[in-house]
Amino acid sequence: MLETFDATLLARAQFAFTISFHIIFPAFSIGLASYLMVLEGLWLRTGNETYLRLFKFWMKIFAVAFGMGVVSGIVMSYQFGTNWSVFSDKAGPVIGPLMAYEVLTAFFLEAGFLGVMLFGMGRVSKRLHFFATVMVAFGTLLSATWILAVNSWMQTPAGYAINEVGQFVPADWLAIIFNPSFPYRLVHMVLAAYLTTAFVVGAVGALHLLRDKTNADARKMFSMAMWMAALVAPLQIFAGDLHGLNTLEHQPIKVAAMEGHWERQAGAPLILFALPDQDAEQNHAEISVPGLSALILTHEWDGVTPGLKDVAKDKRPPVAIVFWSFRIMVAVGMLMLLVGAVSLLLRWRHRLYDTRWFHRAAILTGPAGFVAVLAGWVTTEVGRQPYTVYGLLTTQDSIAPVGAPAVAASLLAFVVVYFALFGAGTYYILRMMNKAPDDDTPMLHAPMRAAGTTPAAAIDPETIPAKQEADRDV
Amino acid sequence: MFDLPTIWAGLLALAIFIYVILDGFDLGIGIIFPFLDSDDDRALAMNSVAPVWDGNETWLVLGGGGLLAAFPLAYAVVMPALYGPFIVMILALVFRGVAFEFRWRDVAHQKIWDRSFNFGSLVATFMQGIVLGAFVQGIEVDGRAYGGGWWDWLTPFTVTCGVALTFGYALLGSTWLLMKTSDGLREKAYVLARRCGAATLVFVGIVSAWTPFLSPEIADRWFTYPHLLVVAPVPVLTALLAALLGWGLVKRRDYIPFPAAIGLFGLCFAGLGVSISPYIVPRAITIHEAAAPDSSLAFMLVGALVLLPLILAYTAYSYWVFRGKVDPEAGYH
Repeated sequence: MLETFDATLLARAQFAFTISFHIIFPAFSIGLASYLMVLEGLWLRTGNETYLRLFKFWMKIFAVAFGMGVVSGIVMSYQFGTNWSVFSDKAGPVIGPLMAYEVLTAFFLEAGFLGVMLFGMGRVSKRLHFFATVMVAFGTLLSATWILAVNSWMQTPAGYAINEVGQFVPADWLAIIFNPSFPYRLVHMVLAAYLTTAFVVGAVGALHLLRDKTNADARKMFSMAMWMAALVAPLQIFAGDLHGLNTLEHQPIKVAAMEGHWERQAGAPLILFALPDQDAEQNHAEISVPGLSALILTHEWDGVTPGLKDVAKDKRPPVAIVFWSFRIMVAVGMLMLLVGAVSLLLRWRHRLYDTRWFHRAAILTGPAGFVAVLAGWVTTEVGRQPYTVYGLLTTQDSIAPVGAPAVAASLLAFVVVYFALFGAGTYYILRMMNKAPDDDTPMLHAPMRAAGTTPAAAIDPETIPAKQEADRDV
Repeated sequence: MFDLPTIWAGLLALAIFIYVILDGFDLGIGIIFPFLDSDDDRALAMNSVAPVWDGNETWLVLGGGGLLAAFPLAYAVVMPALYGPFIVMILALVFRGVAFEFRWRDVAHQKIWDRSFNFGSLVATFMQGIVLGAFVQGIEVDGRAYGGGWWDWLTPFTVTCGVALTFGYALLGSTWLLMKTSDGLREKAYVLARRCGAATLVFVGIVSAWTPFLSPEIADRWFTYPHLLVVAPVPVLTALLAALLGWGLVKRRDYIPFPAAIGLFGLCFAGLGVSISPYIVPRAITIHEAAAPDSSLAFMLVGALVLLPLILAYTAYSYWVFRGKVDPEAGYH
């Protein structure tokens, strides 16, 4: 049996791997659920068939992404116990009820109405179907709310007491839920999900515009996505700044790692590039702008900002990871801002639908949201180290009494299974995206399809029999 | 008597029972999948559960999350103790879950996803049976943590439980198909339901006879006066329900066998309750020892009392929308 340290490292690797894979799907499906709600609402309101085609197009993609989110999420709910049982025992009385509320308010709502949303057109009235779509969208947002309350409590714990066996116990539920970092993290993450979806939708719209710039569906989705990019990207940068200031107040050492600052100082420079050296407690090859970090963080040129040396060596997070993941997130955010701004300019000049280089750029930035979301979570989660509950419970003391071989074996199994299955799922999603929304030719021959019937594209699902629905939607 | 830990133990037991029934029949469909006659029949069987499966699986998340929230100590002991079976179970559920969508997206490889659906269902079920068996058989506890070895869960008893649950879920799945399908598929379901029903009863008999020998404490529950008076109806009712199930299958009443099978599961579940209460980790940690503080339990109870009826209502509504025999032509794919 190897040492506990190795088991801890492996368990952390396993959690990082499974949560990173998992977050990709909710980051996309939170935004997509809201987008579906908007599309169906606009279809009901205007009767414009483009909205219905887009709704059905994205609904099928949503089904695959959501399914992968569900199954990878179940892994998370059990991994707390298998690998982090001491953490579960100690923090369970506080975070457990929040997760139970997530299941009760959000998961059941999403799953219960998802079936009606996917299979119910033609079986229930239009209004009820729309209601189901709204409930699915509402469920994804509720889910984000509860799980971010949990994560935020681990970052900035509040409203708790510690009992005689060393468990965190609730003292004030409102203080627990509305802990200091929660509102900022929630806004930042929901906006991130919306932006992620907007860039994916924009890329798909751009792809079909490149093939046919008169395609009404492609124009509609590209236009909607670029409005989102133009409006939400600046909002997100503003929200991110507020979130950063909140982190400065409650987790100053995390901010020091993000900034690459070793010394507490007045008028700190903004470091653009550096190779932080954890052992030598200094940066190599530093390129910086004097005073700018102090200005951003304190809104004063000579404001004082924290340094990593404020705490002992073993209380610092791995600086290089936090420093670089933060820079990646910010860079991607700026890129998104640029795309949004250019889209406004092109729209103003009536060139949004026929500027091919911009469409190509939109395709390239399609995955930008995922990169930013992952980099952002790496920043905040690695920046919390060496604690699971910030300042109170160390990661080392949270691990289950598991042996390294058991964790290594399960980690290997997760890696193999996730890459194979979610790789296949991602490939199917890309293939669905590649097919234009108004393309009625069957992509596949599904066995449910009745032989020899290929009805013309009927639009209103309530006026055509379910059978034709199935055929047309293959 | 009815303090918060007891209420939560009851609610969790209810959630787990609902899970076993609901995911039981759709995992059961996955288990009998290769025995169905044609690709069309398999597609139809799968479509009969496609709109409801992830709602069904959500009860498993409630079971895990609820255990963490209400009995964190039990969660912290049970999960590492059953590390292997739990990891394999959740991975199997991943294979099962993705197949629902993937098989329609890639017909060239549909056979692969059908196998993924079948093996995923089979392995997840078998592991759930192992978990159940290992739980009843007892878990070694050291302080506030699991104190046993990595393979303690693998014994002849737990393997028998795994086989028993596999037949049980296959029974739920095949009797579900009686209600949801017609013609050839229904005929096939009758054949499968009869075989799985017989096998389930045999294995329930074996596990029931075996359980009291696992510990004198369990034997005491079942065989000594006055306990005997309380528990005597369980085997009697089981026999009656078995007869009802058999009657429904022989007389071909489509809507009788499924409820009868649920009844059988209910009685087994009650029997399990008799064998393990008041423990939450059998014969090591009681419900009260593992319970989260009342402030946690009360906070959750408020939500549960409002939300559970609501969840049951809209879940029932969703089942109502998809009521009746499955239309072979319906679907959104």
